[in-house]
Amino acid sequence: MTPLEKINPTEVENMIQQMAESLRTILADDTSTAKMLGIKTGGVMVARQLHNALELTEEAGELNISFYRDDFSRIGLHPQVGASNIPFSVEGGVIILVDDVLYSGRTIRAAMNEIFDYGRPEKIILATLVERSGRELPIKANVIGRSMDLPDNQQIKLRSDMSLEIFSE
Amino acid sequence: MSQSRGHSNSIKKPDIMASAPRDIQLTESGDLKHFLSIEGLSRDKLLEILDTAERFVGVNEKVAKKVPLLRGKTVANLFFENSTRTRTTFELAAKRLSADVLNINVSVSAVTKGETLLDTLRNLQAMQCDMFIVRHASSGAAHFIANHIEPHISVINAGDGQHSHPTQAMLDMFAIRRNKGDFSKLKVVIVGDILHSRVARSQIHALNILGAGNITAVGPKTLLPEHVKGLGVHIRHDLDGAMVGADVVIGLRLQKERMRSALLSTEDEYYRNFGLTERRMQLAKPDAIVMHPGPTNRGVEIEASVADGPQSIILEQVSGGIAVRMAIMSITMGNIEKNLAQENNTASAS
Repeated sequence: MTPLEKINPTEVENMIQQMAESLRTILADDTSTAKMLGIKTGGVMVARQLHNALELTEEAGELNISFYRDDFSRIGLHPQVGASNIPFSVEGGVIILVDDVLYSGRTIRAAMNEIFDYGRPEKIILATLVERSGRELPIKANVIGRSMDLPDNQQIKLRSDMSLEIFSE
Repeated sequence: MSQSRGHSNSIKKPDIMASAPRDIQLTESGDLKHFLSIEGLSRDKLLEILDTAERFVGVNEKVAKKVPLLRGKTVANLFFENSTRTRTTFELAAKRLSADVLNINVSVSAVTKGETLLDTLRNLQAMQCDMFIVRHASSGAAHFIANHIEPHISVINAGDGQHSHPTQAMLDMFAIRRNKGDFSKLKVVIVGDILHSRVARSQIHALNILGAGNITAVGPKTLLPEHVKGLGVHIRHDLDGAMVGADVVIGLRLQKERMRSALLSTEDEYYRNFGLTERRMQLAKPDAIVMHPGPTNRGVEIEASVADGPQSIILEQVSGGIAVRMAIMSITMGNIEKNLAQENNTASAS
């Protein structure tokens, strides 16, 4: 499928650098001790770059939220393979939760539920590369790479080469 | 089209239908909705279960060992035959999926009061149960239940007579894959009462579907007649010879009633000929693993130092069993939910 619009990797890299700047401001003294969690799979890619930019000491973790999705009763078990891997304790920590696209907010709801099953963090900060309108839950990102207003029938995806593609369904 | 051609078609049709009856375990779109036996399932289905189980391993290592997949669902453990370990791991698996669990030991409740199996089922259906885990002394009991159940209920076979124990076989496959990887290169030796063992039967089916290189069944002639070959195994009656080059050695539990029925002489003699001893383990590959579905009769099927030794993965089988049962329960329940949602959509659209 040919995309309607493409944002190239260099531009995405700039967006991520800006996000890192904003995170540094928000985190202030917590920057060195903050722990990062990327949501599979796009969020993990963004988290990897943010992790480098912020020079965090603690290894980044990966969340697979498919066991926490709210559509089990409609589509059954999500076939996506891969488990969550959280190489640190979330108890009492400042967690930077990273995803590629924030849309309905349901993924973030699922991710926060999962995080609390590992412990009680002191704070969760949400960083998302793209924020698009269409929230179905009261969830708001702290740090945003770019805000977009896209029609419902369009999708935006982060590709493995770190480019963003918009296409219609 | 001529009349005669029409006739030949109408004669052929039932044959085609008969050659491919729909597996009662599957939905119309081919998804697993019950888990009754390994036989007839595709390699992809077994791999889906093993891969999903890998994802559940992490859940059992969390602070809160739970995921919300089956929240609001009620799972009934229907055990017509006692089994502490199987029932407990099913119970834990269901609870870690956030389901509510009913443990019903039927042998001491309804049946003794004269209630029939179907009565028991109807009562549990009336209590809005969503899944039945069934252990029964009669072969085919789980199939029977699946045939008489409402479409929103999933049935899992936790062992029926001498027929099948598919979740045990899957947890064994899970333990083998985690330790040994590729099945095609493996020599697997299964020792014991193959004839009466639902565990062995399901293991052999699973190993064949997953493409194990060599499966050898070993036991005394009375418990391992020639026709067992039909399951797709090599047969031997000398354990020492069979052990040579083995990667995986599986001991089966010896049922004491076999001794009484004169199929076996004494425990001592069985141990001498078929016990998994340290000496015999040295005949297998140095990195061979030893498995047993439990509970073990030490000094009868297996030497204590082997059961507790470095090559034993018996306890790993138990903990992996929880992840495997979580995988199976969430796959079947999820497919039933998906199926019902699709039917509702079609109904509301039309």
